[in-house]
Amino acid sequence: MLRQDSAVKIAVEKHGKERKHLLPVLQEVKRAKNYLSRSDISDVAAEMGLSSAHVYGVASFYHFLDLEERGRNIIWVCKTISCYMKGANDILLALEEALKIRLGETTSDGKFTLLQTNCIGWCHKGPAMLINDQPYTDLTPEKVVEIIHEYNQ
Amino acid sequence: MARRKLKRVDLIFSKDCSCRDILADALKKPREEIIRMLIESGLKGRGGAGFPTGAKWKMAAEEESNRKYVICNADEGEPGTFKDREILDRVSLKVLGGMALCSYVTGAREGFIYLRHEYRFLIPKLEKTLDVFHKWMDELDLDFRVSLFMGSGAYVCGEETSLIESMEGKRGEPRNKPPYPTSDGYLGKPTVVNNVETLVYTMMIMRIGAEEFRAMGVEGSSGSKLFSVSGDTPKAGIYEIEMGMTLEDFVKEFGDGDAKAVQVGGASGFCVPRKRFSETHIGYQGGLKGFSLPTGGSMMIFNSSRSMYNVLHNYLDFFEEESCGQCTPCRVGCQQLRKGIEAIKRGEKSHKYLNDLLRLSETMKLTAKCGLGQSVANSFASIVENFREEMIY
Repeated sequence: MLRQDSAVKIAVEKHGKERKHLLPVLQEVKRAKNYLSRSDISDVAAEMGLSSAHVYGVASFYHFLDLEERGRNIIWVCKTISCYMKGANDILLALEEALKIRLGETTSDGKFTLLQTNCIGWCHKGPAMLINDQPYTDLTPEKVVEIIHEYNQ
Repeated sequence: MARRKLKRVDLIFSKDCSCRDILADALKKPREEIIRMLIESGLKGRGGAGFPTGAKWKMAAEEESNRKYVICNADEGEPGTFKDREILDRVSLKVLGGMALCSYVTGAREGFIYLRHEYRFLIPKLEKTLDVFHKWMDELDLDFRVSLFMGSGAYVCGEETSLIESMEGKRGEPRNKPPYPTSDGYLGKPTVVNNVETLVYTMMIMRIGAEEFRAMGVEGSSGSKLFSVSGDTPKAGIYEIEMGMTLEDFVKEFGDGDAKAVQVGGASGFCVPRKRFSETHIGYQGGLKGFSLPTGGSMMIFNSSRSMYNVLHNYLDFFEEESCGQCTPCRVGCQQLRKGIEAIKRGEKSHKYLNDLLRLSETMKLTAKCGLGQSVANSFASIVENFREEMIY
């Protein structure tokens, strides 16, 4: 795991210091550290010559720029209508059962965080979810248990 | 006017054409000729707003500026839409071809694909396609480069000025319009923002000609369009169909025999009950009799086992979360509508309170700053008015 300041420096060097580079920089830091801490926010601000308030304002606007500590794998279950109609809630229950956590929580080994999200664009193959960047579709409660099992190996 | 039957089309995903050849041919034409073709074709923006594409390109072309930009809006977030993902997955060169065409017409030398976070898995494939594309640009002697810009999860960034704000390193809050992006866009420069599907159609119009494109569909709603079909249907998926079909024909083809309503245009669209299927057309206002509904292509079918209260509640939840919070009518209105229908359902408010909520949604339509807040009333009013008893009991 990278040290906090170096992750920020690397991201700013890679993408640039202008304000238009702020989103790519925050995305890069988030990927390196899995979430954006308060000190990441102020480090990015200092490195790019922006106010911390501006950087925090931007970071807090976007769903996928997490400001809370997350597990190494983040599960996003789609909760929008088409997936909901195909049984998204059963998927959520199966995941809670398999991971022994509730929605919004992180497993004690820090491996998984379970969250919901709005439409992820797989409405014809619902219920669907993302684990990190990878979409999983046509889910069943049995299938999600298998998927979690694969991640656990 | 004779009723049009549903007509399948195969343009977007057809592989029987070479993008490079279409582009090479088009680049031999004068810029004005391409604009004229697009205007004559009647092509309107396929993201849902329906702005005439030729006119948009013309405006940007006429701006004098040392820098201009082309942005492909791939921030597809409307519930029930998944066509742009499929296009970028299967025929992304056609999208890039459309961007190159726009670059040629407007003089933009830099382009971006603003891709939603949820489609990050497409990045490796798109980067490979970009390499091929940039080789073409060198061969065709067009000074144009495209890069990916990733979103981070915000429905409102599908609105073009929010998208631009987001690219400029800010919160994705919509700007006041005018000025429009064609004069004051990304970094204050003239910018064309087009939906993924629209860009593909510009290429297809170069291939088949404006007349053939215009011959499809109906007056005022020409051409074809991709529809994302989901919900209670045995045929969920993506279909390219001529514009102007009636919902009756649509439901005959895609319904499960028990459709009680179709939501046209996603959470920001309209709910059409069964009794209005035959008089409702899919297309832009004006050219059709009865009701005309424009759409970005989201078609969600609900059968009689579904609670329209739950459907509406799901939409309001969505809007409450996705409202950018900048203007009060939308920020507070979305919350109050959701709380309001909950209170009626629990019996804490009289059913007459629904009328107050309808007035609130009308106020949001009139006063919200952008399309998000203004369009909450579409689904709210169309569901409440047509399924009032389901809201109460």
